[in-house]
Amino acid sequence: MVHYDSPSIDSTFAALADPTRRGVLERLGRADASITELAVAFRMTLTGMKKHIGVLEGAGLVATAKVGRVRTCTLGAARLQDEAAWLERYRQAWADRFDVLDDVVEELKQAERNQSPQE
Amino acid sequence: MKHLVTTSERTSPRELTVTRDFDAPARLIFAAWSRPELLRRWWVPKSFPITLLSCEADVRTGGTYRFEFGHPASDQPMAFFGRYLEVIPDQRIVWTNDENPPGSVTTLTLEEAAGRTRLVLRDLYPSAEALDEAIASGSTAGYDEQFVQLDALLADG
Repeated sequence: MVHYDSPSIDSTFAALADPTRRGVLERLGRADASITELAVAFRMTLTGMKKHIGVLEGAGLVATAKVGRVRTCTLGAARLQDEAAWLERYRQAWADRFDVLDDVVEELKQAERNQSPQE
Repeated sequence: MKHLVTTSERTSPRELTVTRDFDAPARLIFAAWSRPELLRRWWVPKSFPITLLSCEADVRTGGTYRFEFGHPASDQPMAFFGRYLEVIPDQRIVWTNDENPPGSVTTLTLEEAAGRTRLVLRDLYPSAEALDEAIASGSTAGYDEQFVQLDALLADG
């Protein structure tokens, strides 16, 4: 079983504070990529990109795996969990609103029925 | 397929979509979205520890809206505001969310069939990165975690 250490809040903030690293996360959200591909896409040296990936890996936001000579990067468990948790909070907020909207609409229906009673 | 519960999804890298069916005609749901005295009754989710201080909405193409919320522990109210880009009564409301630049554009559509209405709300960001940042900061249109976080800090203190 793989065990992911929970990253500290500080390391997550530090990881997300850099625009290049946010760009890397956005890109990996669309598709996996090798460190070389990322270095080319963000126009930096391989060494520079490896440093960014190291910070992201330390925060659990990116996971890497080496197959042969290619190191491939994917979104890490922390990133996917954070977003999934956020999306559920977002959904719950709307669900709570719509439950009350439902009550308001039921009242409007009742008011209409009272105004023009039909058989 | 009926959505008797609220569903939400990141339907594209830069868009969030929320869907819910209602057992009512579209014009009544539109009324609840467009009349401020009705809007203020359901806009604050039960789970949120905040109060709606003011709610102004001129729901017409070219109109504007402003909602202000307060929290007992905060002097500073939180405001949401924007413009209505397009309003087709009983069918569609499109508005901007300007409080957190670059903001987003929300499109609400109501589709009625046999007395039931499907409500679909799409929140579109200018880029995937903008939506990522909004999520990371907890501040998206229609859902802001600022006061939830404040409450959590107070609870721990």
